[in-house]
Amino acid sequence: MPEKIEATDHGPVHYEPEPATLVRREAFTDGDSVFAFELQERDTLGHLPGQFVQLFIPGVGEAPFSVSSSPTDEGPFELCIREVGKVTNAIHDLEVGDTVGIRGPFGEVCDIETFADNDVLFIAGGIGLAPLRSMINYVLAHRDWFDDVTVLYGCKEPAEMLYPAEVRQWEQSDIIDFRMTVDGVPEGQTWDGNVGVITTLIPGLNLDPENTYTVVCGPPVMFQFVQQELDEKEIPHEQIYLSLERRMHCGVGLCGHCQINDLYVCQDGPVFNYEVIKNRPEALS
Amino acid sequence: MKILAKYEFDELVNKWIAEDPREVVGATHDGTKFVFDDIDDAEELRLDYDLTMLSPKKYFFPQRERLVQYDTNENDYAMVQDWSEESRIIVGIHPYDLVAIEQLDDIFIDAQGDEPYRRKRENSVLIGVTMQSVSEHSFAASMGTARTETGYDLLVTELEDTYAIEIGSEKGSGLLEEAPTKEASLEEVEAVEEQKAAVESKFEKGIEFSPKQLPSLLKEGYDAVEVWDEYADGCLSCGTCNVVCPTCYCFNVDVVDYMTDEVGETRRRWDGCLLEEFAAVAGGENFREERVARHRHRLMRKGNYLYERFGDIACVGCGRCTKQCVADVADPSEIYNELWRSVNA
Ligand SMILES: Cc1cc2nc3c(=O)[nH]c(=O)nc-3n(C[C@H](O)[C@H](O)[C@H](O)COP(=O)(O)OP(=O)(O)OC[C@H]3O[C@@H](n4cnc5c(N)ncnc54)[C@H](O)[C@@H]3O)c2cc1C
Ligand code: SF4
Ligand code: SF4
Ligand code: FES
Repeated sequence: MPEKIEATDHGPVHYEPEPATLVRREAFTDGDSVFAFELQERDTLGHLPGQFVQLFIPGVGEAPFSVSSSPTDEGPFELCIREVGKVTNAIHDLEVGDTVGIRGPFGEVCDIETFADNDVLFIAGGIGLAPLRSMINYVLAHRDWFDDVTVLYGCKEPAEMLYPAEVRQWEQSDIIDFRMTVDGVPEGQTWDGNVGVITTLIPGLNLDPENTYTVVCGPPVMFQFVQQELDEKEIPHEQIYLSLERRMHCGVGLCGHCQINDLYVCQDGPVFNYEVIKNRPEALS
Repeated sequence: MKILAKYEFDELVNKWIAEDPREVVGATHDGTKFVFDDIDDAEELRLDYDLTMLSPKKYFFPQRERLVQYDTNENDYAMVQDWSEESRIIVGIHPYDLVAIEQLDDIFIDAQGDEPYRRKRENSVLIGVTMQSVSEHSFAASMGTARTETGYDLLVTELEDTYAIEIGSEKGSGLLEEAPTKEASLEEVEAVEEQKAAVESKFEKGIEFSPKQLPSLLKEGYDAVEVWDEYADGCLSCGTCNVVCPTCYCFNVDVVDYMTDEVGETRRRWDGCLLEEFAAVAGGENFREERVARHRHRLMRKGNYLYERFGDIACVGCGRCTKQCVADVADPSEIYNELWRSVNA
């Protein structure tokens, strides 16, 4: 009989998932839900904000997801997952108490501590809020390290909003400047906030470019337009970070699927410094 | 350097086949082509081959291989590693393939700690052979890989009635322990050197510059769209050039259930960056949708990306991709030369 994998038996071996229990789930929209997992053999995941895990569903497959909870949050770790295919459908079929496999955390991230004593600007489009939320909550947990904290969040329509309860808190909070917009308001939905793509929120910001660190995550088309606006604001490129996604099959720098020119999203990213990534032609095309 | 009569070498191989717990495989002819395959008798070895269909990479990084077995029956959720610990004596590896294996060792073992690879690799013995014939497609000499001083446990060079055997490791010398070897004479040592040197002049193809210049050439030539287009235009995106390459190692991971949802395994399987779906993700985005982007990626990866990361040029010039590409657009030497001319025009 093959031995059962011990949680401590990670070493250089990256392929065996460790069992984790789904302890809570909550739907935000038709296709997006948050799933909270507890590892069965370790107390905490031990991730850094911005890192991701590979989630394995027996019989179905494995896919990468950013951890959307901050390491400063107590309890289980959270993934916010959009239903788009095989694995994500199977995740949405899970019931509380079910077991899945987790590998990770993986990825290189930006050291948020280097933002200390500066302003921080987060720009999230759609499901891009999931990875940024871990960083936003990390920053909020250490709020006094930073000067102004601004969060811009855009989604297609009001009904697509993720983490609505938290968004409402952020809106009312005086420790962050939270601004939201929707691309449009379909009939039957109500909305009294901004309407327009996320880039329309940037010109109105009163930024101190030399002292602003920015982290951006959203669909591929969003980056270029956001970057144009950030250039208008003259934010130095070394102070801009992007969280990027690519296809992944291993998470450990071998399968080749996640390559952006010479860089590997699974190992060099998913959070990249713009100065590093901007001259990689495959990054933002 | 040791010397063994040819019949004594054959006897030695046959002894391994009969007695060694490791499986003996080698360069042989399957009736239509040269391949690495099991051998039942030393007579089946063809150390005079020019190019095998696949390299011995397949023994350490097989086309399909289990990574994890899972069993979720009765709430006893087990996901276990169960990697085969195959071990082999591989006879007749050309220097360029030895170089390719050294590169994979650097990446799989030293850099990324890949257990399935390491176990099979470290349980195996590599017996190299000095090239006797050169494929018309190969350009290994120009890549500096037609001969090698490292990467083998034993290296065999055919002399008239004998084999000269260089020992590269303790594993290798262990294999010779009971063989009636004698020390090579000065003449024999010189004869081996002559052969190695003579092989280098047999190549019809070559890159027209030093391989050391490849990384910077590719960096400069990234935007030489005319060159990339010229080759990518005919490409069928079949991925054959990836599959036959001794240094390509991209893979997919699939889940294969054993007819029930509860029990099954994950399996990795060779993939190729030339295949259309390689960089496609859910939602319709494909990060290398254009054929030319995929074609260029393969050649950038070989000559620049992997070099920048691991310090090795990931094309050893074997010529397998050239030989197998039906569209005749895969030849790295041709493309690199054209890029060289274009950049230096
Ligand atoms: C670093 C990273 C973080 C991510 N974080 C989140 C997140 O927080 N929330 C979320 O909803 N989604 C996230 N994604 C996207 C998520 O991984 C894909 O939606 C998911 O892989 C789709 O799998 P599927 O089986 O449902 O779709 P299918 O289309 O059925 O995909 C089949 C297979 O293709 C591969 N694949 C397809 N799309 C992607 C993709 N975008 N990225 C990687 N592999 C892919 C996977 O191997 C997958 O198993 C992230 C992706 C990456 C790379
Ligand atoms: S270069 Fe040749 S072998 Fe490679 S994918 Fe294109 S047609 Fe196939
Ligand atoms: S790219 Fe072609 S010539 Fe170079 S090592 Fe691979 S198969 Fe051989
Ligand atoms: S996911 Fe396999 S190399 Fe990055």
